[in-house]
Amino acid sequence: MNLKKILSQFNIRAQCKKYDLSLWQCPQFLFLVMGIIIVIAAVSTYLIGNRYIADPQAVALIVLLLTVILFIIAFIIIQGFERLGEANRMKSEFVSIVSHQLRSPLSNLGWAIELLMSGRLGKIEEKQTEYFRILKENNARMKELVSDLLTVSRIETAKLPLDKKETSLENIIRGMVREFEHFAKASNVKIEVKVQENLPKIFIDPSQIRLVIENLLDNAVRYIKEEGKVEIRLEKTDNYCRFEIKDTGVGVPKKDQKYIFQKFFRSGNVLRYQTQGSGLGLYIAKSIVEKSGGRIWFKSEEGKGSTFFFTLPLN
Amino acid sequence: MKTILFVEDESALQKTFGDILKQEGYEIIPALDGETGLRLAKERKPDLILLDLILPKIHGFEVLKRLKADVETKDTPVIIMTNLEGVEDVDKAIELGATTYLVKANYSLEEVMEKVKKALGE
Repeated sequence: MNLKKILSQFNIRAQCKKYDLSLWQCPQFLFLVMGIIIVIAAVSTYLIGNRYIADPQAVALIVLLLTVILFIIAFIIIQGFERLGEANRMKSEFVSIVSHQLRSPLSNLGWAIELLMSGRLGKIEEKQTEYFRILKENNARMKELVSDLLTVSRIETAKLPLDKKETSLENIIRGMVREFEHFAKASNVKIEVKVQENLPKIFIDPSQIRLVIENLLDNAVRYIKEEGKVEIRLEKTDNYCRFEIKDTGVGVPKKDQKYIFQKFFRSGNVLRYQTQGSGLGLYIAKSIVEKSGGRIWFKSEEGKGSTFFFTLPLN
Repeated sequence: MKTILFVEDESALQKTFGDILKQEGYEIIPALDGETGLRLAKERKPDLILLDLILPKIHGFEVLKRLKADVETKDTPVIIMTNLEGVEDVDKAIELGATTYLVKANYSLEEVMEKVKKALGE
């Protein structure tokens, strides 16, 4: 944390403004007030205690009064936190409602496009097919974005339950690579998979881990500029299963590396090469891996490529 | 001709998916809310019910519960077609007796058609 960031923490007015709270509802300000009162209370109790040592009842009364004041302030602080929590909950609920509402028309639209493209409603000209394909692709992108937003909303409201079952991670990886074959070929990317022999099955939610691998594989292939290679490794390390995906893509600039798992963050160089992407994939991947008891990290060099790793517990 | 009761409140979907089902040679009984769906299930005794969950008047789960509690409709296969994909929703639907649960946004028309045919034993 740099000095500027540390100093900004002391700018209480700005902090409270950020959360759109008045000073008397803002936890940072109230903590400061409480701290000052505690110091004053300690000093004055000492002074009063010294002076009126002969009258312990008066001292007890003053201490009691100060305790009541502190209690009231602590209560207001808790209310401030509750308001922040409520705002956060409402935001997640809003995202969830909007996403659900968007899903229905998007799936209707997708099916209508599919119906038109199938030729069941009449012959389609080649030029029309091209535009239907554009519509279909954009519809798919919107559905994907809505799905990502819903996942994020579930993560934030802790409503992303893991339906764990004994699963072969190798099967998930190989299945996912098969699904990506067409996209990889079109992008001139070769995908290699190396799996350690006799890996045990692990106890995970297959659909969620599939989402993690899908996001990592999609990034690896998508951000290779012209042609390149993606290597996937899966091996056992102590009590964990370790997944590794290495690409020869554009890499992550050093200045952006600390933000890479943040929600909606997209690296500057990636924005130059690709306009698609919501910046949610790695945030979702991190949340799922950590919720599954594992860890996710990466190393990267701009212009040379990135390697992402994650572990999942064997038991 | 096999009959399919399609309980879905969105008229756009009634049109697109209904048209496809008709083209495939099924007779479609449309219902735009849960109450009508329940009534038509008893009156028309369809071979299959496609049921949305978020429905006006009676929620899809309640419709499913009542269908499975009624001797006249309890053996009719029910496919839940919704955009809710929470694990708890899927579990509840299966527990209440749904044959299949599918999330509309995640399936293509062809895939849905396959599920319909499978539920009809074709």
